[in-house]
Amino acid sequence: MEECKMRLEDKLYLNGYKIDEIGGSHLHIKDPDVCKTCELKQCLYICACKVYELDENTDKIVINYDACVECGTCRIACDNIDWKYPRGGFGIAYKFG
Amino acid sequence: MSNKLRYDVIVVGAGPAGLAAATVLAKSGVKVIVIERGRFPGAKNVMGGVFYTDCMKGIVDEFPGKAPVERHVIEERMWLLDDNSHVGITHKNEMFNKEPHNCYTVFRAKLDKWFAGEAEKAGALIINNTVVLEPIVENNKVIGVKTDRPQGDIYANVVIAADGVNSLLSKSLGLRKELKSKDVAIAAKEVIGLNEDIINERFNVKGSEGVTIEITGSFFPGETMGFIYTNKKSVSLGVGMILEDVINSKMNANDLLESMKQHPSIAPLIAGGQTKEFLVHLIPEGGYKEMPKLVMDGFMVVGDAAMMVNSIHREGSNLAITSGRYAAETYLEAAKINDFSENVLKKYIHKLNNSFVIKDLKKYKNLPDLLQKDKRLLQKYPRLLNQAAFELLTVNGIPKKEKEKMIWKTAKKEIGISNMIKDLIKIWRSVK
Repeated sequence: MEECKMRLEDKLYLNGYKIDEIGGSHLHIKDPDVCKTCELKQCLYICACKVYELDENTDKIVINYDACVECGTCRIACDNIDWKYPRGGFGIAYKFG
Repeated sequence: MSNKLRYDVIVVGAGPAGLAAATVLAKSGVKVIVIERGRFPGAKNVMGGVFYTDCMKGIVDEFPGKAPVERHVIEERMWLLDDNSHVGITHKNEMFNKEPHNCYTVFRAKLDKWFAGEAEKAGALIINNTVVLEPIVENNKVIGVKTDRPQGDIYANVVIAADGVNSLLSKSLGLRKELKSKDVAIAAKEVIGLNEDIINERFNVKGSEGVTIEITGSFFPGETMGFIYTNKKSVSLGVGMILEDVINSKMNANDLLESMKQHPSIAPLIAGGQTKEFLVHLIPEGGYKEMPKLVMDGFMVVGDAAMMVNSIHREGSNLAITSGRYAAETYLEAAKINDFSENVLKKYIHKLNNSFVIKDLKKYKNLPDLLQKDKRLLQKYPRLLNQAAFELLTVNGIPKKEKEKMIWKTAKKEIGISNMIKDLIKIWRSVK
């Protein structure tokens, strides 16, 4: 049955985003040093869109803000995330909702 | 100071609560502006979603009229899901075919866009593509909002916060504490496209009749709720997990949604379907106990921003709309005496207290805690029920009396009689 699973990338590809190329990420790590000592690293698995990834080489958290649907989960799950809305008109625009 | 952008009321957020408030205000001739951060009203908005008709009375009469609704619900199923099975109850009623229909399945991106059109027709101004950054406060009174537009400060007698579950606005004013991971559910949903005839056949309905299935049980970690709703040409399949359960189970809502799609009770219903959209949104599930302070000088909080969700009954948008209407009516009363202080705006709370909104939220105020602390309720009982049903329905030469004994033995071992009695009392107390 495993092969029936839909890849997250393919799902996100269906969604309508308007990426803020100029303004950049609306999400930021407040203090990257805190992440280094964070044992749980819940940001890596709580996000249904896998916005947060660990860069194995640098050991830093990378933020794929272009996949973010602005739900707010990470904002509540972690104090070390500076969470803002994307600029007006940017980010997710659902077709169905 | 003279060329300040000024309205009577600023509504932050074009969801059901904000648009209800704006429509009622505009109809009464109030100069109202709705500020929406999305490209259009509904762009950021998600629900299951079942929309109840009754709350639209006095806001948009003769609903649905031309509103974009999907199917009217005539059958509601509830499933307790175990790994390979479910036990369910269902209620289908021809009365649900009578108009006005009790509820419809809807898509919020479409419905909110329509609702915003109604608010505009009534005279409200809707501004899209604009984020409210913070409230403008003077002498502890909210007098406007700062937006991300150039020269984007807007002033008003009253600001209505309809800015949804994350409500950064009410948080920045100190009206509420940060949401706790036990008080929010992360809902992930897929809209799965299917041929209309196939949906009718699979769900045993015709025309625009629809079916909803609410799902909980031991298949899920913690107090997860899943759902399947029929739309005209698609099925909405979703799952809502309490954030604390996500953190503990290390399984996120999308992972769970994917395994739900493989479940033998669910897979045949969506087989051959094409996913059209993937959505994630938070649901405020803290209930009455976690509601923020609703009013301060020049400020009222409505809808999801105020934790107005009755999750056990799958209601939210109707509470939101009703709260938006009450906030608007409170403004109209306050405008008569030109006093927008907390003391006068408190009437909003009285209106809510006397309505189903607070009465229902109060009725279930202990339920979130109970379901959270007592993992038995949504885990062990559903599993036991599935096992018992399977045992009793399997004919294999074992006498029924012996089967009953086996079931009791498992129940006693898994839960214990005294716990069962305690659970019954606790549930009764939580919902009486």
